[in-house]
Amino acid sequence: MDAVKRYFRSPAAVAGLILLLIVIAMAVSAGWFYPRDPLALAGRPLVWPFSNPRFLLGTDNSGRDIAAQIFYGARISLLIGGVATAIAILIGILVGAFAGYYGGWVDNVLMRITEAFQTLPNFVLLLVLVAVFGSTLTTVTIAVGVVSWPAPARLTRAEFLSLRNREFVQAGRTLGMKNIQLIFGEILPNALPPVIVYASVVMAVAILLESALAFLRLSDPNVASWGNLIGLGRDVLRVQWYVSAIPGIAILVTVLAVSLVGQGLNDALNPRLKGR
Amino acid sequence: MRILGLAGRRLAASIPTLILILIGVFLLLQFAPGDTVDAMMAQMGGGDAATAKELRKFYELDLSIPVQLGNYLWRLVRLDLGFSSIYGKPVASVILERLPPTILLMTASLSFAFFFGLVFGVIAARGVNRWPDTLISTLGLIFYATPSFWFGLMAIVVFSVYLQWLPPGGFEDIGTVRTGIWRVLDIASHLVLPTLTLGLIFLAIYLRIMRASMLEVLNLDYVRTARAKGLDETRVVTRHVLRNALLPMVTLIGLQAGTMLGGSVVVESVFSLPGLGRLAYESVVQRDLNTLLGIVFVSALLVISVNFVVDLIYARLDPRITAGG
Repeated sequence: MDAVKRYFRSPAAVAGLILLLIVIAMAVSAGWFYPRDPLALAGRPLVWPFSNPRFLLGTDNSGRDIAAQIFYGARISLLIGGVATAIAILIGILVGAFAGYYGGWVDNVLMRITEAFQTLPNFVLLLVLVAVFGSTLTTVTIAVGVVSWPAPARLTRAEFLSLRNREFVQAGRTLGMKNIQLIFGEILPNALPPVIVYASVVMAVAILLESALAFLRLSDPNVASWGNLIGLGRDVLRVQWYVSAIPGIAILVTVLAVSLVGQGLNDALNPRLKGR
Repeated sequence: MRILGLAGRRLAASIPTLILILIGVFLLLQFAPGDTVDAMMAQMGGGDAATAKELRKFYELDLSIPVQLGNYLWRLVRLDLGFSSIYGKPVASVILERLPPTILLMTASLSFAFFFGLVFGVIAARGVNRWPDTLISTLGLIFYATPSFWFGLMAIVVFSVYLQWLPPGGFEDIGTVRTGIWRVLDIASHLVLPTLTLGLIFLAIYLRIMRASMLEVLNLDYVRTARAKGLDETRVVTRHVLRNALLPMVTLIGLQAGTMLGGSVVVESVFSLPGLGRLAYESVVQRDLNTLLGIVFVSALLVISVNFVVDLIYARLDPRITAGG
């Protein structure tokens, strides 16, 4: 409860939470405000924002409602960001836990693989994965998750290294608990908080990675994604720059909200480190 | 000499990593729909099965995958990256042509981000929790959340379309032939916006780390000693605090080298710079898998070399590292 109080004492953390709730509300309510397909033609192309009450944020090059695409794009960004983060954290925890707990050659092999993933630029690896497996919503989400796990793995490993010889673990060992029980039942719950906080960083990066991929037209073209819309608006950038500008602000606000919430959680859970 | 030996040992340790990456990506690319021959046949406008078989035999694609992998690794040892059927040239020369813009862009962005990150980080730490700190930290958060390609597009709108100060893309003006200093200035003006665009997110990261590390070092005993002996604050910061506070920043350069290379894929596409990143994008779109694999190899090499240089700088900044190792 102290942590909750500490969280709400920080104005930045509260602002982040409000922004995040707004984005979530947009994702949830997209179907109510805009029951039609956001990628269907709605009116004249390239209507400027605020010039026609039917299209509050204007229309894009092919006459699709920008506001509807922003609302539906919130769904895609949160979905891809959330699922990819879950995948990355899951792989990271498994790799980090086994490497940190067993040490020796297991640690050696797993850390070599982690290093390989970190040496290869993650966006280049993402391009390779998309080139091989295609760019549907599912493959892009999995690919973003697969390139993002090394940092959480290192973090989990570090936590396990410092925890694996603590007294409560030794007590469990004396009681005859199996390694798997010790890893997931005893050590993991203690190692989890910093990893969960780090998930916010992973999610922020995941949203940025997906939008960059979509901007390059290498993500799923059949969904209303903010990155797709920016890529589309590039063709009319010289005059109708608003087509690209509006979805970019949506991405910025979402990533900012996720980072602020993460930082707020971090400060609330580790009060001694506040101000760093 | 000891520094070199230490960094050299780290360099040798990265060779297994490099081999692991190559084997992994090579095997991954086997799952790709269509191979080089398919791409070539498509370029030629189709052909019969006998020609395809002939070509596969010529490019040794009819061998088993382990043998192909072995052949590929053996060719790599001799720095032969294979042949790009799309560009009709050896992959190595395609990549070499595209390397200079990327290296120039990365160096410029890194210097920009490092220098301003350092300056803003110091200013923020000196006035911690007062308005300069709040302003700088808030800006840092916003820069961190800005998608680089979007910032690039908006910069084009403002500086190239409305103000018309800077060119909207390309590496140099191909309409007029320039030599010497004029060519350098021309290329520099083309690189201003890409540098800012790529460097922005790293500026945000560096200033945050610099601020945190300054705050940490400012509390150490030896800083109190320096103040106690009567040094003024500027001397304390420049001579005593800065050098130690720089260590995490230097570590970060090595850690972020890969991210920066990945970021240049997007930035080069925005500003149509003929660099390595754009080549990576083109080879994905054109299914030129040989070139893609070559880019993977070269980018891993680049990251490893940056880390080698970082090790050298690190040891120079902190003599304890060589003494201990």
